[in-house]
Amino acid sequence: MVEARVSAGFPSPAEDYAETYLSLDELVNVRAPSVYLVRAGGDSLNGIGIYDGDVLVVDRAAVANQGEVVIALVDGEFTAKILTYDAAGRPVLMPANPHYPPISLLDGEELEVWGVVTDNLHSLRRR
Amino acid sequence: MSFALVDCNNFYVSCERLFRPELRGRPVVVLSNNDGCAVSRSNEAKALGIKMGQPFHELRDLVAREGLIACSSNYALYADLSGRVMRTLRTMAPRIEVYSIDEAFLDLQGMQGDLEQLGREMRARVLREVGIPVGVGIAPTKTLSKLANWGAKKWPATGGVVDLRDPARQRRLLALAEVGEVWGIGRRISARLNVMDVATALQLADYDCKSLRRMFNVNVERTARELAGERCFALEDGPEPKQMIACTRSFGERKHSLQELQEAVTGYATRAAEKLRGQRQLCQALQVFIRTSPFDQRSEPYSRAVCVPLPYPSADTRDLVAAALGGLQAIYRPGPAYAKAGVVLMDFTVPGSYTPDLFAPAPRPGSDRLMAVVDAINARQGRGTIRPARLAADLGFSMKRERLSPKFTTSWSELLRVKC
Repeated sequence: MVEARVSAGFPSPAEDYAETYLSLDELVNVRAPSVYLVRAGGDSLNGIGIYDGDVLVVDRAAVANQGEVVIALVDGEFTAKILTYDAAGRPVLMPANPHYPPISLLDGEELEVWGVVTDNLHSLRRR
Repeated sequence: MSFALVDCNNFYVSCERLFRPELRGRPVVVLSNNDGCAVSRSNEAKALGIKMGQPFHELRDLVAREGLIACSSNYALYADLSGRVMRTLRTMAPRIEVYSIDEAFLDLQGMQGDLEQLGREMRARVLREVGIPVGVGIAPTKTLSKLANWGAKKWPATGGVVDLRDPARQRRLLALAEVGEVWGIGRRISARLNVMDVATALQLADYDCKSLRRMFNVNVERTARELAGERCFALEDGPEPKQMIACTRSFGERKHSLQELQEAVTGYATRAAEKLRGQRQLCQALQVFIRTSPFDQRSEPYSRAVCVPLPYPSADTRDLVAAALGGLQAIYRPGPAYAKAGVVLMDFTVPGSYTPDLFAPAPRPGSDRLMAVVDAINARQGRGTIRPARLAADLGFSMKRERLSPKFTTSWSELLRVKC
């Protein structure tokens, strides 16, 4: 139960400013046509604060730079990992958890990046 | 001045493939409501000879033999992705007309530079940013841009973009297109044209316009003029309000009793009334129909429709349900195994623009406000929270959708899962 006191009388001087508020949609740009939300499953990125069940904000319009988290297609599965390159300039997908190995591509294999993870929505109360 | 027609390739299948990579490179069809027939086909499915609208029961052996995958239609997903495609296109042209869920006309007036290059950019951006492949046709008229788009799909060497602004190029493409491929030329008109030795789009473009108007109608004349490069159709900014709203379904299982049909028809009338209020109009008549399945050999064929005028223009669910049930009562016959029913609203008017009938019963007082509250509650709590008491809790809208993919973009519990 919530109890609140309602005052009737002098109008609030703040009323004229009432339409401004902060929008999380705006912060993570989730209304852009290129932005999708996906659910993280697994603990391979725990080292950079991405946990099982988190909601990832993925932008397909963003360019994937070295060191960014990308959603890539690996063996027909959508996989989130950190994009890096080896000495020969070939992409290597890095986990952020010592229990997981890096994923290298075979010769002639092309990395398919589905989108770039721009933000992570992690709830502190869900579990 | 030029138009671009941007059309998504095999749209429903492409939506499924964006989130389900296992569907790539395989024959895939998306089925209509109640898993009835194929409404979208992958190129691999087309190569197997699967026709648009082919009933699923004819395709079942291809599932085992050719690895055909059939998906139920996931309209929540397709609507979301359609909106994304359109929003992306809006950033690339000053004016756009969303023509259907998977195509849009763009007005390229005032656009500088290489328009074919612009078309390639549109295609590349929608594919990369939204994830849906599209074809682009560019031409001086809407009808020609449609045909350019057809060419872009038919010949892969075009890279999905055809610029048809050059008159010599127009004539070459028109000569290759059967007249039935032309926008607005349906099967009946093209059959009549064929009798007149008009077999290709080019022959239609070169035909005497005045005779076409006399023999057919003004729209066929305009279509021919558009094919010849004369602009007759303008871009309609934003969709015009519909002149008819239909809510019909094939039943998951055959229905026999009046009571079962009453429940279904009440559901359709309720849904149709919501749509009518959504476009802020009233209707003055509605049609109810019931029919058996043409594929049913056991049951005798039965199909009846009736048009019911309303006592006053209304968008009130109670009025429309009452009228629909009255119509159903009149056409129902016990015996047949009913496979489909529907309610079609027609004869629209806007509130305040009609003269009330002095002798007709008065409209229900407070109807607007009550319906607004019902719509607001249903929008927040889910469709069917407030509904006619005749409807069961899961409503008559529930469809047979056994092969439904998740609502990847519209439900928190069904988001795409990525392996971390």
